[in-house]
Amino acid sequence: MKCWGGGKVKHTLAVLVENRPGVLSHVAGLFSRRGYNIESLAVGETDDSSVSRITLVVEGDAKIIEQVSKQLNKQVEVIKVNDITEEETVDRQLLLLKVNADIAVRQEIMQIVEIFRCRIVDIGRRSLIVEATGDDAKIQAIIKSLQPFGIMELVRTGRVSIVRGQK
Amino acid sequence: MNGAEYLVSFLEKKGVEYIFGYPGGSVIFLYDVLGRSGLKHILTRHEQGAVHAADGYARVTGKPGVCFATSGPGATNLVTGIANAYLDSVPLIAVTGQVNLDSIGRDAFQEADIIGITMPITKHSYMVKKMDELPSVLEEAWNVATTGRPGPVLIDMPKDIFAGTVDSQVGLEKKYSRKVPLKNGLSEQLDKVVAALHEAKRPLVMVGGGVVSGQASEIIREFVNYTKMPVVTTLMGKGAFPDTAENCLGMVGMHGMPAANLTLNSSDVLIALGVRFSDRITGKPENFLPETTIIHVDIDPAELSKNVVADIPVVCDVAKFLTEMLSRLKKKGLEFATKEWLQEVTIFKEKYPLLYEKEGGLKPQTVIEEVARQVGDKVVVVTDVGQHQMFVAQFYPIGKTRNFVTSGGLGTMGFGLPAAIGAAFGKTNEAVALFTGDGSIQMNIQELATIANHQLPLKVFILNNSCLGMVRQWQELFFKGHYASTLFDSNPDFVRLANAYGIKALRAGETDDISEIVAEAFRLPGPVIVDCAVCQGENVLPIIPPGGKLNEMLGRWKGEAHISRIS
Ligand SMILES: Cc1cc2nc3c(=O)[nH]c(=O)nc-3n(C[C@H](O)[C@H](O)[C@H](O)COP(=O)(O)OP(=O)(O)OC[C@H]3O[C@@H](n4cnc5c(N)ncnc54)[C@H](O)[C@@H]3O)c2cc1C
Ligand SMILES: Cc1ncc(C[n+]2csc(CCOP(=O)(O)OP(=O)(O)O)c2C)c(N)n1
Repeated sequence: MKCWGGGKVKHTLAVLVENRPGVLSHVAGLFSRRGYNIESLAVGETDDSSVSRITLVVEGDAKIIEQVSKQLNKQVEVIKVNDITEEETVDRQLLLLKVNADIAVRQEIMQIVEIFRCRIVDIGRRSLIVEATGDDAKIQAIIKSLQPFGIMELVRTGRVSIVRGQK
Repeated sequence: MNGAEYLVSFLEKKGVEYIFGYPGGSVIFLYDVLGRSGLKHILTRHEQGAVHAADGYARVTGKPGVCFATSGPGATNLVTGIANAYLDSVPLIAVTGQVNLDSIGRDAFQEADIIGITMPITKHSYMVKKMDELPSVLEEAWNVATTGRPGPVLIDMPKDIFAGTVDSQVGLEKKYSRKVPLKNGLSEQLDKVVAALHEAKRPLVMVGGGVVSGQASEIIREFVNYTKMPVVTTLMGKGAFPDTAENCLGMVGMHGMPAANLTLNSSDVLIALGVRFSDRITGKPENFLPETTIIHVDIDPAELSKNVVADIPVVCDVAKFLTEMLSRLKKKGLEFATKEWLQEVTIFKEKYPLLYEKEGGLKPQTVIEEVARQVGDKVVVVTDVGQHQMFVAQFYPIGKTRNFVTSGGLGTMGFGLPAAIGAAFGKTNEAVALFTGDGSIQMNIQELATIANHQLPLKVFILNNSCLGMVRQWQELFFKGHYASTLFDSNPDFVRLANAYGIKALRAGETDDISEIVAEAFRLPGPVIVDCAVCQGENVLPIIPPGGKLNEMLGRWKGEAHISRIS
């Protein structure tokens, strides 16, 4: 019996695309109609303003990821698809989090912020806004530590990644 | 030069001869120019007719079909036809008008986001938003439609782009693609293929639609002659290798020839050329030939291991692959000892011929066999979708590439009549035989006006079973004969309908001499409709029931009175 090895793994795909209107919707549309799930997506211009880079995190087994990459590659506006999951990368997300912060607990929250080396960027009468950057694990840890105080609002970006070394 | 003139002269330079289309407000500038140009415009009676006609034209000529439609409803009427061309990898250029640039996004009169609608069913959809983009968009669109795996593209042109001026200087600038191609170790893969063939005891070639579009029907005959392998085809590969050749077992799949399916099931090495392993062939992909070494050659890397895991995937144009293989095999002087295997295959053919009950009314298969007997490869054969389509695949041997036109992937009822119109314009020196059903023909029946208009040599055989036969068959076999909404009680009289359009028509029934009627249809010049009153209860056999394997066909076997499973 022939089959594809490996279970589901999270993959990071770095996709270089022509920076034209509509490209992001084409790429996102491809995922939904082929039944693949996007876990996170971040997009922005590169050093060349005519090229954007989309960093995608997708979960799937080897077969699905191979199909995703090949289907992406077929799109006219896609220049290059790189699966950088196995590479040494630096990964970052940005988190903004508004947390309940009565006088009684403020000190405690500030200590947590200190430990994680994130920042407080706004102080309200009853709340604080915390800004953090980091990889997935760190962002999760921060959220978990602040949860007991009552999170009022939370936004985070998709993951961006870059391969270490000279490549 | 304005945008409309630029588009028309671009198409003329590309060698386009016919445009299939339908006018409207947003393309009125374009039609004004078109009407004065050397291009011939074929006015259909519905935009769906135009797009299927362009598709049929492309299938018989290998050149891209071109169709025009106006914005909004004109454009949305193309959608089914574009999806149809996409699933069958047919090169097609659809040009749609769009509202003026400054009206876009305001729900203007006859505005529809045709780019958003068609992006999933085209190789690419373009909107021209600036005059100076027009030349490069057209050039790129043409290349995208015609190169690699062919397919449809759509170009959406706002009304003011047709009217605006093109700076001819800008037109000369060539846009280059920055695409980084995938790595391709062709030479290593070819070595692996040679090694696998060397080991093979029961090798088999499967010919798909890619052999048609890759213009590989000559070289494949050479390859098969050299290697002495048996051949099966997919529905889309029909004709690319002649059904009439000794090694050819015909179509595989759900309604494939019994011997073809059994041969496929017994093969130990399969060379699949330009096929996409559709579910009509594989059934459950996990169950498909688990023991067979699958060599899959396709120009589109995304097809390899999409449905069926390929043991040796080869990204290559099929003609190039066959040329390289032949030279390698000859250089190595490899001999192929397939004699025993071919004997085994012959036994399959003798033991399990394709049979049907000839008694009890006019049978659709009889009509098809009779047409095949009388005109064979002298006509282009076109089908609609349903039982009659499968009967043609089974009972009409096709000997020439691009001589068989059918909607395989989308299975679009209503494709047949307009596609036959396109085929007639594409192959002007041949007549066209269309086999359709009483259901299918009513989906684009308005195109009778188009064939009357041009007096096309189109012989339309309506295999009229007063029902939606294919669905009725499934209801009989799998839903205990509960015929929900499949029996027609009020069909029109197709003969009188044809006459109303000014088309000659004949009737064929149980008591008529079918061979005389077929002969008459081809004797009469111009279009002829033949309304054939065929048995309602006929079923397409064999059938691999859903989820079944290749050797689990239900069929009518030699010496048996009832339908049974083969194993
Ligand atoms: C009612 C009904 C019943 C059907 N039953 C059957 C059945 O029993 N058996 C059957 O076979 N089909 C059947 N079909 C058709 C089926 O749905 C598919 O359309 C068909 O099987 C696909 O054929 P194909 O694999 O040859 O691929 P196509 O759709 O023709 O695709 C061609 C492939 O070739 C590749 N290609 C294109 N150009 C080149 C080139 N130059 N070099 C290399 N590769 C190239 C493409 O990338 C693509 O992968 C049925 C359809 C209907 C409507
Ligand atoms: C546009 C469209 N609608 C529905 C179907 C589903 N369908 C497949 S075959 C079929 C019946 C076709 O009937 P007819 O054209 O009379 O041919 P027959 O099967 O009777 O030969 C139907 C309804 C389809 N393929 N296409």
